[in-house]
Amino acid sequence: MTFDPKRDYPLGTQRPDLVFTPSGLPLSEVTLDSLRAGRIDGGEIRATPETLRLQSEVARAAGREPLAASLQRAAELAAVPDELLLAVYTALRPRRATAAQLEDWAAQLESHGAERTALFVREAAGVYAERGLLADA
Amino acid sequence: MRSRRFISREGRELQSETLVSPLPELGLVAAGGPLDPAPELVVEDGVVTRMDGRAAADFDVIDRFVVAHGLDLESAMEAMALDDSELALMLVEVGVPRTELVRLARGLTPAKLARVIGLLDPVELMLALKKLRARRAPSNQAHVTNLKESPALLAADAAEAARRGFAEIETTVGVARYAPLNAIALLVGSQTGRPGVMTQCAVEERRNLELAIRGLVTYAETLSVYGTEPVFVDGDDTPWSKAFLGAAYASRGVKVRFTSGTGSEALMGYAQGLSMLYLEARCLAAVRAAGSQGVQNGSISCVALVLSVPGGTRAILGENVLAAWLDLEVASGNDAIASHSEIRKTAKLMGQFLPGTDFVTSGYSVMPRHDNTFGGGNFDADDLDEWLTLQRDWQVDAGIEPVSEAEVLRVRERAARAVQAVFGELGLPEVSDEEVAAATTGYDSGGMPDRDRAADVGAADDLLERGVSGLDVALALDRRGFGEVAEAVLSMQRQRVSADYLQTAAVIDVQGLVHSAVNDPNLYSGPGTGYRLEGERWELLQSLPSVVDPAEQIGGDSEGESFVVERGEATKGDDTAEVVVAVGPAFGSAIRKTINDLSHEDVLQAICGGIRDGGGLPRVIRVRRVADVAFIAHDGAQLSGSGIALGIQSKGTAVIHRADLEPLDNLELFGMSPLYSLESYRAMGRNAVGYALGEQVGPVPTALDNFARAKLIVKTTLLHARETQAVRPGAAAVELELAVPAVS
Repeated sequence: MTFDPKRDYPLGTQRPDLVFTPSGLPLSEVTLDSLRAGRIDGGEIRATPETLRLQSEVARAAGREPLAASLQRAAELAAVPDELLLAVYTALRPRRATAAQLEDWAAQLESHGAERTALFVREAAGVYAERGLLADA
Repeated sequence: MRSRRFISREGRELQSETLVSPLPELGLVAAGGPLDPAPELVVEDGVVTRMDGRAAADFDVIDRFVVAHGLDLESAMEAMALDDSELALMLVEVGVPRTELVRLARGLTPAKLARVIGLLDPVELMLALKKLRARRAPSNQAHVTNLKESPALLAADAAEAARRGFAEIETTVGVARYAPLNAIALLVGSQTGRPGVMTQCAVEERRNLELAIRGLVTYAETLSVYGTEPVFVDGDDTPWSKAFLGAAYASRGVKVRFTSGTGSEALMGYAQGLSMLYLEARCLAAVRAAGSQGVQNGSISCVALVLSVPGGTRAILGENVLAAWLDLEVASGNDAIASHSEIRKTAKLMGQFLPGTDFVTSGYSVMPRHDNTFGGGNFDADDLDEWLTLQRDWQVDAGIEPVSEAEVLRVRERAARAVQAVFGELGLPEVSDEEVAAATTGYDSGGMPDRDRAADVGAADDLLERGVSGLDVALALDRRGFGEVAEAVLSMQRQRVSADYLQTAAVIDVQGLVHSAVNDPNLYSGPGTGYRLEGERWELLQSLPSVVDPAEQIGGDSEGESFVVERGEATKGDDTAEVVVAVGPAFGSAIRKTINDLSHEDVLQAICGGIRDGGGLPRVIRVRRVADVAFIAHDGAQLSGSGIALGIQSKGTAVIHRADLEPLDNLELFGMSPLYSLESYRAMGRNAVGYALGEQVGPVPTALDNFARAKLIVKTTLLHARETQAVRPGAAAVELELAVPAVS
């Protein structure tokens, strides 16, 4: 059944068939029994990029474009390692990174498939240059 | 020369606060500042070239971000063309739906938003807020912290908060490295109290993300934004860095709410001469543009500064409305201490309490405020009954439920035991039975046994290194026989996988169903629509543990033989020294004590004794046809040989009457029955006989207690109900004989 963002929310109760853990376990199998049997570990407990994309569609269908865009970035970032995530955040803080460094971070995000987020970082670099928010080269 | 009244008022708690006249240069102006720009939007070839008094080249980092990610140019042409007053009217017209207002807001510039909100008065703002709230039903958020970072107490407080209906619970740390332990205590406690409650631990972003990744917390609201570029940068962020962080949290399954609020720019020294409300409009435009589902605003930590300027309280309500208009979830402040004055802070609260917001407070302090390490505690543990009573008074749901003491003790102990088990199972420093006991019944952390804090932080570091997650917590609970808590903790882990709570204004009910603005939106459109406190929920919120059943109260203390015996119809006396004591229909019979708990027998002895002291002859009768004290006394006077009677109702109210006066006139009225002693009644008897013998009579000295009515009006009503039940219409008065003769 295709996904209808206006009707299929909450996914967890309306469309559990569309929700999986990162290793592909269906939501219905995230149970105490699975836990006791050692079939799930901590790394399994997170939304997949696909689930976050569906949530982004739900937000867009509800007329919340900026939230949808943020959830789209979140979907991309779900596949980005924690350390890179924190490093990019730090680089985006005022006067932490040069234009070249921000470009480098953008490229790294791209290499993890985070294309929209990379664009977002490049856009910031442009604004920072005009507002004096880049680090001295 | 000084006025003693001025001097008296200087001693009030309000005087601890400083009120200032507006000073726009420093940003000390609530709304409509003289330097606030006129609303403006110029779009050329699909590009914004001017906004709110600035050309594109001069846009600061906030303007640029709002233009790039927030402003919807499709709505803008239509919305910006509307008059301020027309938009203001639409905000309060119940016929204009929320969806339409939200659509228009997407195209409004910050200056326009602030100006329109500035046109609404407080009641209009409340109506607009009621209409614009994102989620159908209001809810509330709790603060749970303590100075000792005691895990048993954190868990017990979280459990009580959850059981009382808070949808979110927030903790923080005194010592940063405690974060994982506090997060675990909160998670375990909350899920013991009520499955589905969301939790957060406010710490530095990297630690916060780490807790989130491990499934130990489910939301964050630490992302602060500011309304001027220098303050934003002093906060070590930009709109881009904050928006990135918001997406990063969401990518790890954390519900994100930004934080803003009036007053911070002035406090941090760069308000740029702009009003608080206009700067908050800029913040909120940036929050929406960043893709946050919601915001914590309503001045938050700067509330006392905003309240120092004229119109501050109105501006704070205005900023809540503004956030809701921008389609954001609103956690509406009321957490930091707004005032020393209970009157002032409660009056301020009503702006959010009456219309209802997504979270009426950004943190109600479940424990006493001296244990609140957020610096919060505007309303705390000791204020709880007042909060519950206000909900009951107004028939308003502000998100807190009454719970019996026994049930509170039950969940507190269960939670403390559960966290004890988890600490044991995860190899953390032991939580002792003494700690469990103290956390269950204690008042604050002062009563908690001290822990080895070095061992705790060491264990916390180790916990992170070992990669302990929410699943390990669930498993530990399961192994130690806390199956229902284990299931609830696991259910929160499942929520992280489906991520439904990332949508606007999401909370999770006890069945694990997410309620957000998507599937449970606020559709208020006038009387009879939207969320209304009625049915079972209203029954629950009115049933405070202290409530008494009046039907039970009306029963009686009329056990045993009466001390008076009725002796046939009363006749007119002819002794001019005679003073009739006329008692009410229930006196000494269905009712045996006055409202001041004096036995009727003693009261009657005192009155008769007073009459004899003055040289008169008491004769006691019962008036049966009426319960009103004036008529009781007046009837008595008609039968009195001297024409003087003292009438007394069962509750103790008395009147001295004379036969020739109109029934509602009198010689003396003693209406303060809760204050009378036996000596008072003796003095009434003496005065009555004084009138009978034609002496000069000074009034019986009586005290005045204006609180007596508030305290006793219910008891008065119930006593009087019993008196009127004993009335026999048309029945003649009867002579009464005291079973034990009165002696003086």
